Amino acid sequence: MSTMTRHGAALKVENCGKTFADGTCALARATLDIAQSETLVLLGPSGCGKTTLLRIVAGLENPDAGGRVLFDGKDLTRQPIEKRNVGMVFQSYALFPNMTVADNIGYGLKIRGVKRAERAARVAELVVLTNLGGLEDRRIDQLSGGQRQRVALARAVAIRPSVLLLDEPLTALDAALRERLRGELNSLLRTLGITAIYVTHDQAEAMELGDRIVVMRKGAIAQIGTPREIYFTPADRFVAEFVGAANIIEAPIDGTHLVLPGGRQPIADSGPRNQAVAMVRPETIGIVEAPASGLTGVVDSVRFAGDRQRIIVRGAASIPLTVDAPNTIKVHAGERIGLSIEPNSIRLLPAEG
Amino acid sequence: MRDRIIFILQLLFTLLVAAFLAVPAALSIAAGVTVNYFRGIQSGITLQWVAQVWELYAGTIMASILIALGTLAVTLVVGIPAAYALYVRGGRLARLVEEIITLPLAIPGLAIALALLLTYGGFGSFRRSWLFILAGHVIFTMPFMVRSVMAVFATIDVKSLDEGAASLGAAPWRRFIDVIVPNAAPGILAGSLMVVTLSLGEFNLTWMLHTPLTKTLPVGLADSYASMRLEVASAYTLIFFVMIIPLLVAMQWIGERGNLR
Repeated sequence: MSTMTRHGAALKVENCGKTFADGTCALARATLDIAQSETLVLLGPSGCGKTTLLRIVAGLENPDAGGRVLFDGKDLTRQPIEKRNVGMVFQSYALFPNMTVADNIGYGLKIRGVKRAERAARVAELVVLTNLGGLEDRRIDQLSGGQRQRVALARAVAIRPSVLLLDEPLTALDAALRERLRGELNSLLRTLGITAIYVTHDQAEAMELGDRIVVMRKGAIAQIGTPREIYFTPADRFVAEFVGAANIIEAPIDGTHLVLPGGRQPIADSGPRNQAVAMVRPETIGIVEAPASGLTGVVDSVRFAGDRQRIIVRGAASIPLTVDAPNTIKVHAGERIGLSIEPNSIRLLPAEG
Repeated sequence: MRDRIIFILQLLFTLLVAAFLAVPAALSIAAGVTVNYFRGIQSGITLQWVAQVWELYAGTIMASILIALGTLAVTLVVGIPAAYALYVRGGRLARLVEEIITLPLAIPGLAIALALLLTYGGFGSFRRSWLFILAGHVIFTMPFMVRSVMAVFATIDVKSLDEGAASLGAAPWRRFIDVIVPNAAPGILAGSLMVVTLSLGEFNLTWMLHTPLTKTLPVGLADSYASMRLEVASAYTLIFFVMIIPLLVAMQWIGERGNLR
């Protein structure tokens, strides 16, 4: 990390909201700082405003009056996208069918008046970087989905943009390819060391690619944090459930214990409250022999998933608990078991919603 | 056996219908190269009528070609950007404008001509020039250009292409030239052929608008039917056929290629 060269601009999104002409609010006023060479992921379900926010940074949408977008401290709010020097990868790729792969990649350089020889050299460099060797003279309709995605990426990167903007770049691909390209994309972003904003609804993508994640919901920012912060200390129930699997337990608190139907469970820090909404991740629950005291429950079902098994336990809490257990543990439906949960791994959430 | 009879009956019916349409055309063409049509083909074959038509009406033929090309130029320069703007902007206003542009399809050419005469008849030099007829043809053919270009826009996701080019730094006109127009080429070509064909064959509107000095081919054709011997009128038709059929074939060909893509 320390030897990596840093590229791109530091971005500031200040007070940017978006209300459409018909009065619907797509994005509540939001403020964000994005450091140079940071990859920021905007994560949320469809309609959460993440694409709108990206398009405001790109210059494809104007923010409501009062909002500002700054690149390295320079106010570009009034500049259209073509004057912002951004590299953008669209969900549909938006490749030009009338041009070859090489011409697509070189188009931004041509617009900038880069000489033919220099352009060809840069295109060749990107063809190697994105693993498109031998396809330079192909037409776009002769490429596979994964190849198109890489052309779109190469084309956006070719112009050495201030920031790389990616709008669900992997969504159009099938699952296996998506996973492979996610890895490639990750190492490419690290190699380039460029400032990037990445929009996705896929939390696995967000976890792997993001230096920080902005979780969004209904046009507002729900939480900003590193992938670990988001995962281990979600700000609210929505974030907890959207990022990874979560058991959300509502229960009364007795001093330092959750009082559950299956027994008492110690917690680390309750603060001065007597009712809690607690989050427990499935992989933090251990399965033990049914103890004399402590939390117990009855196995409802076991789903073997190869690398682990997902066990549903009834009777322990007010809701059935989902437990991800190692694949070596042998339990069967109807069996009475004990549950051990590290007090530190229980996260108390704000009571509302 | 029964299938075969049905097939033969269907074939005969098809040929009959085709003949109903083709025989008059063939007779007309034949009449144009016959020495004396009333004595029949045995009177001999000649190109004298074609030559005579050329002598008398070469002006109208050239006028028609020039007006068709002029109409094409105007519909290209105005129609493609208009289609682009209407498509990208969308919304109620765009729909309304589209409806208005399309209106000449539903209004009789005579009514459009009358409206033009009422409005601009007072501008003497405009009224007497070729531009007057050109204006009529542009009004009549514009919907065909705009519609066929918009149809192709709908199939190529113009908005994304436009945003893609913009993200790479291209100004609006540059995106239009580099990306929008090349990718809309099939629609532009189809629209162009339709415009030229319609302009060459337009009669209603032109007949109302023309002056003795601004006659197009179809108007000249009507003139010759009324005042010339049958062989001359037929030879004139022959020339019209020779001009228009390659255009129709090209249109068909492009339409089929478009479907294959």
